[in-house]
Amino acid sequence: MKLQDTRITPSKLCLVDTHVCLAFAGLNADARILVDKARIEAQSHRLTVEDPVTIEYITKFVAGVQQRYTQSGGVRPFGISTLIVGFDKGDGTPRLYQTEPSGIFSAWKANAIGRSSKTVREFLERNHKDGMDRDETIKLTVKSLLEVVQTGAKNIEIAIMAAGKTIEMLPVEDIESYVKNIESEKQEEAAKKKTGRTPGQGTAAILTRGSGSADT
Amino acid sequence: MPRILLNLIVHHLHLSSASKMENLLGLTGKDFTIVAASKAAMRGATILKASDDKTRSLNKNTLMAFSGEAGDTVHFAEFVQANIQLYSMRNDTELGPPAVASFVRGELARSLRSKKPYTVNLLLGGYDPITKKPHLFWLDYLASVAPLPYAAHGYAQYYCLSILDKHHHPDIELEQGLKILRMCTDELQRRLPIDFKGMLVKVIDKDGVREIDWDSSKAVKSA
Repeated sequence: MKLQDTRITPSKLCLVDTHVCLAFAGLNADARILVDKARIEAQSHRLTVEDPVTIEYITKFVAGVQQRYTQSGGVRPFGISTLIVGFDKGDGTPRLYQTEPSGIFSAWKANAIGRSSKTVREFLERNHKDGMDRDETIKLTVKSLLEVVQTGAKNIEIAIMAAGKTIEMLPVEDIESYVKNIESEKQEEAAKKKTGRTPGQGTAAILTRGSGSADT
Repeated sequence: MPRILLNLIVHHLHLSSASKMENLLGLTGKDFTIVAASKAAMRGATILKASDDKTRSLNKNTLMAFSGEAGDTVHFAEFVQANIQLYSMRNDTELGPPAVASFVRGELARSLRSKKPYTVNLLLGGYDPITKKPHLFWLDYLASVAPLPYAAHGYAQYYCLSILDKHHHPDIELEQGLKILRMCTDELQRRLPIDFKGMLVKVIDKDGVREIDWDSSKAVKSA
């Protein structure tokens, strides 16, 4: 991983339309095909009905394609899960959908896919609150990723979608500062625990982290 | 046989005379391109709409104005628009104006050799944010392209090119450009027998595409 140039290796986050962002985990090559199908559908939808796709529509489409590839002859399923994020036209409600290779799709408030996604999802289940602002949400995202990504900021990429706006990729420096803040916070907490502990009173659980980088 | 030929010619003339009443104008300056299109949507001698927008922006920094057979025009423009958008989504880059012009010309050329070609004339105005240069392309339904400092389609060609010949300079500021455009639209208002309901004016520069308020309510004096 040390030798990989993270600046120019294709990202796992891609735009399907100006208002739809798709993140995938799994076979990169399969994702390229699936994303291209979604992009064509998004443009074709604009052309035929003069409206951009809704997030639900494009999710249904992606899931539909994935389903088809489980049931027709001579093809193999798409080896990817996706998270589809965005805002419908003229609507301020954030949407987050997940699709799976089987063709299942589901709506979420927060979710993770890929390697060690279970750990992250459980973390999110514990820490997600309704009505978080932008800063809190980014912090939670970085924090949950740090549960499973050991090498830090360079291996994290964050895309932010806001209502009526185009995609915003969070600069590496910003991610770095979030990572630093979180790490120093964790250290403070650990120090507090150390000093506050009196001998013979309970056992401090050893925090363990999953190994390997997360595909989230 | 001659009868068929004659029909074809008459049919062709009908198409071109209708679309000639649709005026498209474009001119470039130091760091901008202006594109203007008449606002009347016509069918024969009837004006169906007085606030028609004969332009589509293809991406952040290119605008296409179109005239020609009703239906063909919008259909072709939106088809091109969708493809340009798809390109930038797939490759994570915007096409520059010359690349867009080549693509559009290619599509027109392909269509020209099909059973039912698009009869669409175009002006493609753009600003390249990388080279910081304005661009204007003149295209017609026979798939010709010409990169030009100023251009026109329809009757505007006959009335405005001479004015532009005299007054245009590649280094003009936007204000000067709009002044020259005013001379052109005044001349059109003065000499054209049919009211084309004024012009819709858009400017393309480093900030993208924006519409400019264009007052056509003043009567233009003629001799």
